[in-house]
Amino acid sequence: MIDAIQKRLLAEIADLHTVPTGAYNIRANSKLAARNTTANIDIVSKADVSGIDIRIKPGTKKESVHIPVVLSDSGLKETVYNDFYIGEDCDVVIVAGCGIHNCGVQDSEHDGVHRFFVGKNSKVKYVEKHYGEGDGRGKRILNPVTEAYLEEGSSMEMEMVQIKGVDSTVRTTKAELAANASLVVRERLMTHGNQKAKSIYETYLNGDGAAADVVSRSVAREESFQEFSSRITGNAACKGHTECDAIIMDKARVLAIPQLDANNVDAALVHEAAIGKIAGEQIIKLMTLGLTQEQAEEQIINGFLK
Amino acid sequence: MLELKDISFNVQDDSKEKEIIRHLDLNIDDGKFVVVTGPNGGGKSTMAKLIAGIETPTEGRIIFNGEDITGKSITERANLGISFAFQQPARFKGITVLDLLRIAAGKQLTVSACCEFLSEVGLCARDYINREVNASLSGGELKRIEIATVLARGTQLAIFDEPEAGIDLWSFQNLISVFERMRTANTRSILIISHQERILQIADEIVVLANGQVTKHGPREEILPELLGTSDAVGVCGCLKRGGANCD
Repeated sequence: MIDAIQKRLLAEIADLHTVPTGAYNIRANSKLAARNTTANIDIVSKADVSGIDIRIKPGTKKESVHIPVVLSDSGLKETVYNDFYIGEDCDVVIVAGCGIHNCGVQDSEHDGVHRFFVGKNSKVKYVEKHYGEGDGRGKRILNPVTEAYLEEGSSMEMEMVQIKGVDSTVRTTKAELAANASLVVRERLMTHGNQKAKSIYETYLNGDGAAADVVSRSVAREESFQEFSSRITGNAACKGHTECDAIIMDKARVLAIPQLDANNVDAALVHEAAIGKIAGEQIIKLMTLGLTQEQAEEQIINGFLK
Repeated sequence: MLELKDISFNVQDDSKEKEIIRHLDLNIDDGKFVVVTGPNGGGKSTMAKLIAGIETPTEGRIIFNGEDITGKSITERANLGISFAFQQPARFKGITVLDLLRIAAGKQLTVSACCEFLSEVGLCARDYINREVNASLSGGELKRIEIATVLARGTQLAIFDEPEAGIDLWSFQNLISVFERMRTANTRSILIISHQERILQIADEIVVLANGQVTKHGPREEILPELLGTSDAVGVCGCLKRGGANCD
């Protein structure tokens, strides 16, 4: 059911070379390709719209859910709604991601709407990778929406990666944190050609002791355009930090808009933004170690996005 | 092994041409430990950069092992066997000490081999091998890692530009022992830019550079006595004050 192109896409976005262990739901060209549930993790298709409900029983530890999506037919456009209900006291890893292979002339687009309801004291690691390939004139478009509702004492770590081949992306992430909940976001982004990538993060720290750290590292090459907009709202005695660190190259453009909104005298919020080209001294140092200028730039970028 | 022949280097300064290096001649022989001293602004760092290819001379030729390298890039010179330790080493976000040592060695060094280079410069490898070479490292730590990269390269010629600048007293003692060991190994030529009396004391030869020219060059026994007590051969305290470390 899964062909060679789709297999390669799966390897890129989910490091999947064979069928994953644990629960999974693989979607290929808008259809269910494979699904597995476990004693603790159930996956059910939605009846009203396209998408799935993933229910994780309270106390589930050291289990993983893979829900990759691959598109290899040109011209597919879809919006998918996936809801994750994570019980109390869980410790799980969720791997999502979308790979598009577009050789045709029509645009391919996948818009995934993911909502996470994280129960008290649960721990979630969420990894989302985006990848596009194919030499057709049709664009590869991804517009993911992520919403996370973190109950008391829960924590979520989001790793968002988009390194190659996606022409246009608007990533919208919204998180609401109750008391003592924590959120860590690590975004890694590289754009080239005429690509456009926009990231919008809205974080609401609603309970005392809530903490958020939203950090984006990106490289904009050639004539690409990136926009990073991150707002942290502190409605309680909380801690928030957001940072955008970008390397700009060639004729690219990077717009960073960090915002802080403090509604409580005990909200401690910090933002940082830095955009700059690769420092000449870094390139020269690596050249004195025997690398060419191009190799030096690759090393610096690879390290930066690691 | 290294010959600088009639080297001049000029820069534009307020539309005026300024001479930094003036018709400089210098020979560094195989296996020699040579320390270059002289007043600030005398052209020492510029000369080191000209040898590594970071700057290009306005006039003159640079010969390395009989080959004219004047027109060669930094990369080509590095691959011919020239290493350079910067006075103010660059920092890199995301690149670890292990990554940097592997790049320096030009091969997938084993972790234990990397550890040996770090131990050599007095760093506990376990604490550092996976650290990023970023702003979290102190100036002294960064300088020691910089020296470790030169050790990992193991090239025929190693140039150190003011290795003592910006490091603390404890690091300085270590630094001297690193150079003493390199001196004993005697397998390659070492060129150090330094005012430090302790470093001058372990030199085979001392070069004094002032106003862009070599004013003295000879065996340590001959040159050092003339320099003692001047700013060209300062004691530890003076050196550290210059480097900006706490020495009160």
